[in-house]
Amino acid sequence: MKPWIAKQLYLIDYTLASLSRRKAKNLSLLFIYALLVFVLASVALYTQALRHEAQAVLAGSPEIVLQRMIAGRHDLIPAGYLEKIGRIRGVQKIEGRLWGYYYDSVVKANYTFMAPREMNIARGEIIVGPALERSRGLAAGNGISFRSYTGELHTFIVAEVLPEATELASADLVLMNEADFRAFFKYPDGHFTDVALSVANPQEVRNVAVKLMNALPDSRPILREEVLRTYASIFDWREGLMLALLAAAILAFCILAWDKAAGLSAEERREIGILKAIGWETGDVIQMKFWEGLLISLSAFLLGFLAAYGHVFYFGAPLFEPVLKGWAVLYPHFSLPPHIDGLTIATLAFFTVVPYTAAVLVPIWRAAITDPDTVMRA
Amino acid sequence: MIELKNIRKVFNQGQHNEFWALCGIDLAIPEQQVTALRGPSGSGKTTLLTILGCLARPTEGRVRLKGEDISGLPERFLTEIRRQTFGFVFQQFNLIRGLSAIENIILPAYPLGLPRKHLLEKAEALLADVALAHRREAKVEWLSGGEQQRVAICRALINDPEILIADEPTANLDTKLATEFLGILERLAAQGRTIILTSHDPLVVESSVVDCVVTLRDGRIVDQTEGRPASAERFC
Repeated sequence: MKPWIAKQLYLIDYTLASLSRRKAKNLSLLFIYALLVFVLASVALYTQALRHEAQAVLAGSPEIVLQRMIAGRHDLIPAGYLEKIGRIRGVQKIEGRLWGYYYDSVVKANYTFMAPREMNIARGEIIVGPALERSRGLAAGNGISFRSYTGELHTFIVAEVLPEATELASADLVLMNEADFRAFFKYPDGHFTDVALSVANPQEVRNVAVKLMNALPDSRPILREEVLRTYASIFDWREGLMLALLAAAILAFCILAWDKAAGLSAEERREIGILKAIGWETGDVIQMKFWEGLLISLSAFLLGFLAAYGHVFYFGAPLFEPVLKGWAVLYPHFSLPPHIDGLTIATLAFFTVVPYTAAVLVPIWRAAITDPDTVMRA
Repeated sequence: MIELKNIRKVFNQGQHNEFWALCGIDLAIPEQQVTALRGPSGSGKTTLLTILGCLARPTEGRVRLKGEDISGLPERFLTEIRRQTFGFVFQQFNLIRGLSAIENIILPAYPLGLPRKHLLEKAEALLADVALAHRREAKVEWLSGGEQQRVAICRALINDPEILIADEPTANLDTKLATEFLGILERLAAQGRTIILTSHDPLVVESSVVDCVVTLRDGRIVDQTEGRPASAERFC
């Protein structure tokens, strides 16, 4: 074995012995450090996975959704608009969509009612999202009544509950027949809530949007990439809010870590003096302490990160879920597929491992450059 | 082997509590002999020992080791000299608590990166020499004062130093253990090592093991005599 490697192994060996000699101090530091990494990693992993999931869900959504605006408010689109849109070059597929919100006073929650044309739902039947199943205790075959905005009571039979895997997008969804939908919301025939468009060439999406605005000045095209950006910024904002709430805890840790790592006890100073007196160089002492800092911070990072992984992807992040998912009454209840990117890990490591290791090294360097003769006078 | 020329050492220079610990010391430490530095507390014994052992630098004056001037060498080179040439036995032993006797002994050799097996064999041989082989795995805080000192001696010898430096080696030992220490010292001297120690214990400075006694007072050498009947080869 090369002497340099053997020397590093000796230094690591000494470091481990040194850590075990101050078990209580180092274990408490490791625990608090791992806790901080756990919190930060949970927030980062959760928002990262949410972003990824939203991206995956929206990947199948139309490139453009067109809404009609009257006096700055969203209004119904008459059938004639679909014909005009069909004449615009580049538009591949046009579909008028029917959807609306319904407030359920029983559970004080908003549902999204939709009439999907591609699904063949019988009249008087509905398909509900998993959150509705939970909040109203519904199962296939059950009946449920909703009072419409005109005061009429409409009763439906639950034909199916949507699978939990789709819950991020379908938690509060109620799917029904088009005729039922129009009857419930009193939608006139030939009118739609908005129009979904597919564009043949993805490079042309913006051009098509401009053409739509020129052809239909009272319309507002919403691009899929804009929706994705909005989702991303919402998750960023929530992540930031979460971190702001945790800032006090993070600051407390930094002060504690600095104090624990930087404040050398008289015993530690004496030990450094002894090592120097018996032939260790300043560099050897610093390397030994570097290993100490690295072992503590890497162990804490690994522990905290693995705990956060389990917390987010196996237990559904119960600690931060309400803040990170949203403020709706019906929380989507779904488990995120694990998704980690290298940048997230590198960022977390940079903001946890590097500051701690530096905090350890600075005071050691100051202590290690002092003359070893002080140990003779101890 | 070591020559000191006009060595002065001042602490807190330029401050109201400035203190001259050594005031112009000229001294030659002969090779393969036992030299004892004695004097009352505050006479400068330990300060002189730290300069001889390259643990501290003089404020003024020159230190020559085997003919080479080492006074102006940077700390890195001094550490190397310290590791290769000197072994230290401190008054309080300065062993690292929590480590076993054998781990303490091989500690000075860590920076050299020598094979562990080789180091352990060497440490075991040293422990056997001081009749402490059975305590090799004992944590040093569990050892008696005499045992701790023997571990400290083994640690000082692990890198095969030419010069052994001991500061008040018998200060924490009773007469029986002090006598045992002198026995070890005699064996080391017989191996041809140069030994420098400070002591005001008559048992040490008046023993036949010591070749030369240097007496200090107020930072100056006031007397320099042979400690035992001089043989033809020994000088002071």
